[in-house]
Amino acid sequence: MAQYAFYPGCTLHSTGVEFGASTDRVCDTLGLELLEIPDWNCCGASSAHSMDHDLFLALPARNIAQAQLVPLDGDDLSLAIPCAACFSRTAAADLALRQDPAFRAQMESVLDFQFTGRIRPRNLLDILANDFSPAQLTAHLSNPLEGLKVVSYYGCLLVRPPAYTDRWDDPEHPQSMDFLLQLMGAQPVPWSYGVDCCGGSLTLNRADVVVHLVDVLARAAIEAGADALVTACPMCMANVDGRQKYRGELPLPRPPKPDYDPLPIFYFTELMALAYDLPMLKVLARHLVDPRPLLKRLEIL
Amino acid sequence: MEPDLSFVEQVSELSQQNVRRCYYCLRCSAGCPAAYAMDVTPAQILRLVQLGQKDTLLRSSAIWLCIGCETCGTRCPNQIHAGAVIDALRHLALKDNVPAAEKSVFRLHKAFLSTIHLWGRLHEVSMLAQYAATNLASRAVFGNIDMGAALFLKGKLELLPHRTQDMDQVRQLFSLGEEPHHDD
Repeated sequence: MAQYAFYPGCTLHSTGVEFGASTDRVCDTLGLELLEIPDWNCCGASSAHSMDHDLFLALPARNIAQAQLVPLDGDDLSLAIPCAACFSRTAAADLALRQDPAFRAQMESVLDFQFTGRIRPRNLLDILANDFSPAQLTAHLSNPLEGLKVVSYYGCLLVRPPAYTDRWDDPEHPQSMDFLLQLMGAQPVPWSYGVDCCGGSLTLNRADVVVHLVDVLARAAIEAGADALVTACPMCMANVDGRQKYRGELPLPRPPKPDYDPLPIFYFTELMALAYDLPMLKVLARHLVDPRPLLKRLEIL
Repeated sequence: MEPDLSFVEQVSELSQQNVRRCYYCLRCSAGCPAAYAMDVTPAQILRLVQLGQKDTLLRSSAIWLCIGCETCGTRCPNQIHAGAVIDALRHLALKDNVPAAEKSVFRLHKAFLSTIHLWGRLHEVSMLAQYAATNLASRAVFGNIDMGAALFLKGKLELLPHRTQDMDQVRQLFSLGEEPHHDD
């Protein structure tokens, strides 16, 4: 059984609960053991990055120190991180610990640890697409996603900036998710918006910007002929799933609806779980845009 | 206003970006998802830094509307990360107590960080409560009631927080900025 240190991040039990549940099930099925790092803290997300440069690197640096406590042997270990933003923040701190001796000395003193550099932060999509062979990935395929046309939506921080991501996939034309979804029997269709931004943390304070960006994404996906959009990020999910329906305007009088049917959004791990025929009905019921009618029509569910 | 010609040096050093290399090809502004809503776009920001227009920049809405998506820096032919330049400008604005042009953005970041200071991990309900309390005058709060209710009914907002045990250590990280700095 392959073992990975694991940083779930704050949203995997709350707004990203579908990502957490499907990740657990898919990893179990593939024999990938996720060892949660002890007593972890928030990565700081957009807010530490925006408000306090020291905190922006220090919060994820503490998680790297905690990850070193996970009992794993070897020199080329991975810290698996599902959320794209958590991955980016942790990768930034890892890079600073490797390249900035003053920062490293400060963190080692404040956090009372010694940085070994044995554990590399990697996002879950990278791990599933690159550490497993196509034969391993399809060994449990019992419910291929035939007829499901999707667009792969990578968003920002999964592939950018290249300095943090170490170019695990191309920053402008990533393909890992398309590759995985194709193995699951789905049909990824080409589109030009795979690395465009959903608006991130502006969703609660400038909902108008996020509604606009999500509208662009949904229209582009529909124009490309997709039935659904697939993401690897809880922030993207919250925005693209939520802001198609809830437009950030006062609930009364009822705000205008878009002139298209809202597009169902999936985490890539949810589609893998469906293709492996794992129980997903309760998980899928928690989306704001209900994806079940589409899956029933295609006899996937 | 009088251009401050030392400003470009200050911002270049703070951001670790050679702002003088910008030749205004506009790829950053063309790819920026929030440029349409900004008062000055990323390429204009780089130009204004070159021209020492500190006041305009620190008072701009743009430094608060940058999402940090890194499209600009990834595409720049001169390897300038406009996002890092904008981060440096925002930090200067905070240091000089320049009022944020996008107050709701500022208040949400504040509420987010105080939640982390309290629990070590994000607890959406605590964060939303503080954001709402500090931002009552803005309609940004009331426009989110329907989505908040929907998330709650789907069981996606937890009432009780999960917390980090070693909060002393986490809180120590919040005071690093007050101690002597590492070079960054």
